Amino acid sequence: MTGTTDTPVTLTIDGREVTVPTGTTILQAAGGRSESGIPTLCYGETITPKNACRVCMVEVEGSRTLVPSCSRPVEPDMVVRTRSERVDHARKMVLEFLGSSVDLSLTDGVEEWNAEYGAAPGRYGADAATVAQPVKVDNDLYVRDYSKCILCYQCVDACGDQWQHSFVIDVAGRGFASHISTENDVSLPDSACVYCGNCIQVCPTGALMFTTEFDMRAAGTWREDDQTVTETVCAFCGVGCNLELHVQDGTIVKVTSPPDSPITHGNLCIKGRFGFQHAQNT
Amino acid sequence: MDVVTRGVPPTLEEQLAIETVLGPAPQRGDHDGVGGHALRSRRHLLLPTLHAVNDRIGWLSQEAIDHIAERLDLGPAEVYGVATFYSLFSPTERPGHQVHACVDLACRSAGGLTEPDLPVGVHPSPCLGMCERAPAAFVIEAGSPVQHAVAGRVTPVDVERFAEGAMPGPEAHPAAAVPQAGSDGLVLLHRVGRIDPLDLDAFLDDRGFEALRLAREMGPEAVIAAVAESELVGRGGAGFPTARKWDAVRTQDTTPHYLVCNADESEPGTFKDRTLIENDPFTLIESLCIAAFVTGCEQGYIYIRGEYPRARLTLEAALDACRDRGLLGGDTGFDLTLVRGAGAYICGEETAIFNSIEGYRGEPRNKPPFPFQAGLFGKPTVVNNVETLMNVPYVLLDGHATEHRLFCLSGAVRQPGVYEVPYGETLGGLIELAGGMRDGSEVRAVLLGGAAGNFVGPDDLDLVLAPDDVRAAGLSLGSGVVMVIDQHTPIDDLVRRIAAFFRDESCGQCVPCRVGTVRQEEAIERILAGGDRDLDRALLHEIGVAMRDASICGLGQTAYNAIESAVVRLGALR
Repeated sequence: MTGTTDTPVTLTIDGREVTVPTGTTILQAAGGRSESGIPTLCYGETITPKNACRVCMVEVEGSRTLVPSCSRPVEPDMVVRTRSERVDHARKMVLEFLGSSVDLSLTDGVEEWNAEYGAAPGRYGADAATVAQPVKVDNDLYVRDYSKCILCYQCVDACGDQWQHSFVIDVAGRGFASHISTENDVSLPDSACVYCGNCIQVCPTGALMFTTEFDMRAAGTWREDDQTVTETVCAFCGVGCNLELHVQDGTIVKVTSPPDSPITHGNLCIKGRFGFQHAQNT
Repeated sequence: MDVVTRGVPPTLEEQLAIETVLGPAPQRGDHDGVGGHALRSRRHLLLPTLHAVNDRIGWLSQEAIDHIAERLDLGPAEVYGVATFYSLFSPTERPGHQVHACVDLACRSAGGLTEPDLPVGVHPSPCLGMCERAPAAFVIEAGSPVQHAVAGRVTPVDVERFAEGAMPGPEAHPAAAVPQAGSDGLVLLHRVGRIDPLDLDAFLDDRGFEALRLAREMGPEAVIAAVAESELVGRGGAGFPTARKWDAVRTQDTTPHYLVCNADESEPGTFKDRTLIENDPFTLIESLCIAAFVTGCEQGYIYIRGEYPRARLTLEAALDACRDRGLLGGDTGFDLTLVRGAGAYICGEETAIFNSIEGYRGEPRNKPPFPFQAGLFGKPTVVNNVETLMNVPYVLLDGHATEHRLFCLSGAVRQPGVYEVPYGETLGGLIELAGGMRDGSEVRAVLLGGAAGNFVGPDDLDLVLAPDDVRAAGLSLGSGVVMVIDQHTPIDDLVRRIAAFFRDESCGQCVPCRVGTVRQEEAIERILAGGDRDLDRALLHEIGVAMRDASICGLGQTAYNAIESAVVRLGALR
């Protein structure tokens, strides 16, 4: 969410001249996640880009290294290539590094990108170090499966100064041992967690998940294709938060809020996120 | 925010340690300074507070972490995240006596212990910056006051004794690291061994603080012009022109401006900044005063690595002496704060150092914005290495075109140490200056520029050690490391250590470095175990190129350099 102003900047992306407002990122100027064809993993539309995953790298003429398109603002006369041998190699390796160390089975786009960039995470062998670990189930509302965590930092930022200001989790440790943690790894009920679930909302890999979804997946009854999404407004207080009720077989299985909602920006409180049983009871 | 902790109080000792930095805890009903913003604005005290507890108790209990969080209005998870970033801190209970034995390149080639041979409880340490006395160890005895001591030329028996609780004896005089001490023609090292490092009068008698007076007469623009003409470039590794940095900060409208002296010297094989500080601390302080005057800074920080106890104490004493004499602080309009690192190579990166000083995890920041635009506390900041800064007085006083630079000679030479030579000296000439090779040793390889640098072979001894020549050869002088490897040290073992070093020291923020350094090490281990070498060498190259192209900072970008050069130039990993 880089601030933009009205002053236009003209640059060249893949040989095409583009004029966008100052402060626009290369990714936005290239058409965003949907149009640009640039893969993204750690990027979330409601969080300041951390550019930690480095899958969205592009080539900028005159730059010694590749450049993260998600966060680099455009500059006048920039010449950007969103595909090149260097770009494709970096993307392939990032996909392999994550694919060989993290469970990406629930991460959108990975399968297609692996095919597109020729990424073969299996080539690092069975002995390659991974972040595999037991799922943390320490409360009734959501689970934390850090085997699926790519360290995008979005949950930390959503819990901290970008949205919730609870500061319950942070990155701890260093290097490959870096991980998301409460202080001294205390359980969520022992932490300051308020169960707003805004971390679940921004998690791009399914590492943070409603207990309902986790249990249904474990039981083999989770059928996303059979689910409907009903948009409504939370009835608990006067704020008027937009809700998306995910319903399967007549039962609410999870609640989200639209990231583009001007009221919530995807955020809710514990009541809107988890307090749906009363709707079920009527 | 509401700081939520388990409410278990710290021990009295922990609380007293915390109060040495943060002052007494506010009492119930005392509303002065207990507001959230007022508390959070003290986050830069987090690292010193963690040090205070770790120094006194030896480790950081959950109660201490909780209490620090309460005192600074931070989430306990944030404090824990910072505490677990640094290798000298521990969130689990351990004895107050801790031994760190260097297992890095220079100590390895000097026959030091390697990981499997370390006594139980002894930490394998990255380079301790004592390569002229390799193998080295660093011993900490927690308490009030804490004791830090380093030891050189340690034997396995010494390490065993340290592990059992002994402390190292006193160090040799700091001038012992400079075999040229007292010779004619030295610039940067000319005071070494000639005057007492902490004798301010002797320093003043030897033109001390004259360059600062001259700088004030000249004015900032003329000083920058003189530094530009001298072609002074950064000596920390990156080689950026100093005058351009200074001018960029000087002309920023945003205020205040900050000055950071990077003394987090951690590149394996580098010990020149420690040697400079231990021998000539006042020149560094004068240089910082000049830099502050030129760039418009009222506050500066010297960030010194935690493994340099003598350099830190020397600087502390020198800063006090300058303040007592009215040369620093008070009416001078400029003061310096000494910040101690806690074991993290990455904090020498020019933006990670800001995060570390500010009390965050020492993760590098994305650039742009560059430090001159938004650096420490988000303000325009000039960040310079120790040796770089210490050239400035001579540039102003003598018009030296900074044609001298320091090299850290280590390894199989007769007299390892810090050497000052003019540009134009050859690699072979430098080795001769260091007494030539030890008896029975032949040059097998030389590591130039440290773990982030490159190996060269015995055919490269006529390489001229000047920026242009070195660049033309596809090399870099980096931080001045010249580590001479003889036929007794297997190159493959050094390659393996370099890979382990980068895996240990990666901050973990970006994927290419966090996972790439692990995959790099795994590929090397497979090669050394006799796997499909061609396949894994090709894979190494693929990994290395991705780290170089896509990592956020210089650590990941250079993590393949030395390994690649060992493969290409020395035929390693065959």
